[in-house]
Amino acid sequence: MLKTETITVNMGPQHPSTHGVFRMILTLNGETIVDLKPMFGYLHRGLEKTSESRTYLQAVPFTDRLDYICSMSNNFAYAVAVEKLAGIEVPLRAEYIRVIMAELTRLVNHMLAVGFLFNDLGAWYTPVVYAFRERERILDLFEMASGSRMMCNYIRPGGVSADLPADFLPLLRKMIPHLENFVREIRFYLSDNEIFRARAIGVGFLPADVAVAYSITGPVLRASGVKYDVRKAEPYSIYDQFEFDVPTQVAGDVYARYLQRLDEMDESLKILRQAVERIPDGEYATKVPSRLRPPKGEAYARIEAPKGELGFYLVSDGSPNPYRWRNRPPSLINLSALREMCLGHKVADVVTILGSIDITLADVDR
Amino acid sequence: MTNEEILAKLQEAFPDVALRVQTEETKDFTLIVPAERLVDVATHLRDHLGFDYLSNVTSVDYPDRFEVVYHLFSMKRGGGVLTLKVHLPDKEHPVVDSVTPIWPGANYQEREVYDLMGISFRNHPDLRRIMLWDGFPGHPLRKDFENRTYTYKELEPTRPKPPNW
Repeated sequence: MLKTETITVNMGPQHPSTHGVFRMILTLNGETIVDLKPMFGYLHRGLEKTSESRTYLQAVPFTDRLDYICSMSNNFAYAVAVEKLAGIEVPLRAEYIRVIMAELTRLVNHMLAVGFLFNDLGAWYTPVVYAFRERERILDLFEMASGSRMMCNYIRPGGVSADLPADFLPLLRKMIPHLENFVREIRFYLSDNEIFRARAIGVGFLPADVAVAYSITGPVLRASGVKYDVRKAEPYSIYDQFEFDVPTQVAGDVYARYLQRLDEMDESLKILRQAVERIPDGEYATKVPSRLRPPKGEAYARIEAPKGELGFYLVSDGSPNPYRWRNRPPSLINLSALREMCLGHKVADVVTILGSIDITLADVDR
Repeated sequence: MTNEEILAKLQEAFPDVALRVQTEETKDFTLIVPAERLVDVATHLRDHLGFDYLSNVTSVDYPDRFEVVYHLFSMKRGGGVLTLKVHLPDKEHPVVDSVTPIWPGANYQEREVYDLMGISFRNHPDLRRIMLWDGFPGHPLRKDFENRTYTYKELEPTRPKPPNW
C-alpha cells in the first residue's frame, strides 16, 4: 500500500476564476479534493448596519450594490418588502415596468453566467464577448429608463423612479426576436461542444434532496429537478397574470445548470413578449413620502432573483429609519452546497462548479 | 394547509409547549417558540408538516431581548411564509440551539448571526466568524455598537497576521 499524504492548497482570494475575492482552502489527495472550506468577508461593507441609519428610500442605492449584475432585481425585492411593510399600493403600469426590468435583468445575468462558465472552462473570453455584446444592448435600455447602466436605482417603493421614455417599448419589441435568436445561437454553437460536454457532464452533481436541505434556490435548484420558483409558488407583483413554464432538468450537474439557464432565458423572453403587448398607460408610481414612516412592525418579502431567492426582512419601529434591515443573499446560501458538489472531483473542476453556481461576491459578503 | 391548521397540528404534537402567535406588528404568520424546545418543534415542522425549506435565519436586537427569526417555506406545497421566533432575554450571553443539523442551509446564516450579532449556537458544526475576522472588537449589528468610522490604526492590531490569516 502506497502511503499518501494530503496537502492543503489555498485558492484565492486573488484568483481569476473565483469571480471576485473569494477564498477556498482545499485539502487534496493527489489532485482529488477531500475537503473544501470556503472563506468569505473580503468584500464585507456592512450594508445591513449602514442601512439602519438611512431612510427607507436612501437604502435603495445600497441594494444596487448587493449583486451589481442584477441591480434591478435587487431594487425590486427591496421595493416589494417596503411595500408589504408600509402597505403601499403600486399602479399597474409600474408593475408591468418592474416585470419587464426584472426579466431583462434575468437575461443579463444568465448571459453572463453562461459566458463566464466558458471562461472558467478555458474558452478564454470568446463566449463572454458575445454575451457582453447582447448585454450592452439591454444595458442601453436600462440607461434609457433609469439614466444608469449598472447601478440603476430605478425601482423604488411605490413604483419606479420615472416613466419609460417613448422609444423604449418599440426598441424592446424589436430586440426580443434578436435575443431569442441569441439564445438559439448559444445552444447551436456551445451545447454540443465536445470539450464542454466532457468537462461538464457528471461534474458537480447535486441531488435534489441535498439541494433542498441546503436551502439552494434558483437555477441551481431547478437543474437538480426540483420545480420550485417563487414566481409560481408564491406569486408576487403581477406574475400570476403571465403564462410561462418553470423549466427543470434532471441531471443536476454543471451541464444541466447551463441548460437550465438557457431554458430560463427562453421563458423570460416569453414573459417579456406578453408584458410588452399588454402594458397599460397610467401612473408609474404612487406618491411615497421621502421620509417614509412605515407603521411599527415587520415583514419578510422575497422574489425570484436571477441567482435564486432574494429576500428582505425589514423591522420598523415607526421612525423613518429601519430598525433592522436584513437581506437574504442567494449567492451566499447557494455556496453552502459547494463542498458537497466538489468532493471527489479534481481541482480544475472546482473552478467549473463555482462558475456553474453563478455567484457575485458583492452579494455573498455584502 | 392554512395557518390555523399548522398551529392546531403543532399544538396537538406538543401539548406541553407554550406556542404563542404574534398577532400584532407583523405582516406574516409568526410563532414564538420557547428556546429550549426549538429543535423539537423545527424537526416536527420539517418531518410532518412539510416545511422542508429554511429560507432565512436572522436576528434582531431589541432593548429587552434578542430575537432569532427563522423564515420557513414548503417546497412541496409552495405557499407563504411561516416565521418562527425565539426570544432570548439574556442580553449578556445569548445562546440558542442550532438548526443546522435539521436544515444544513442554516450553516452560514447562523455563522453570520454569531459574527454580527454575537448570538452563539449550540451544536453548530463550525461556529466561526464569517464576514469579519477573529478578534474584531464587538458585534456590529447590536444596537450598542458604536457606529462610526474606525481607523486603520485602531483595527490593524486586531487583524490576524500570517501564518494565521
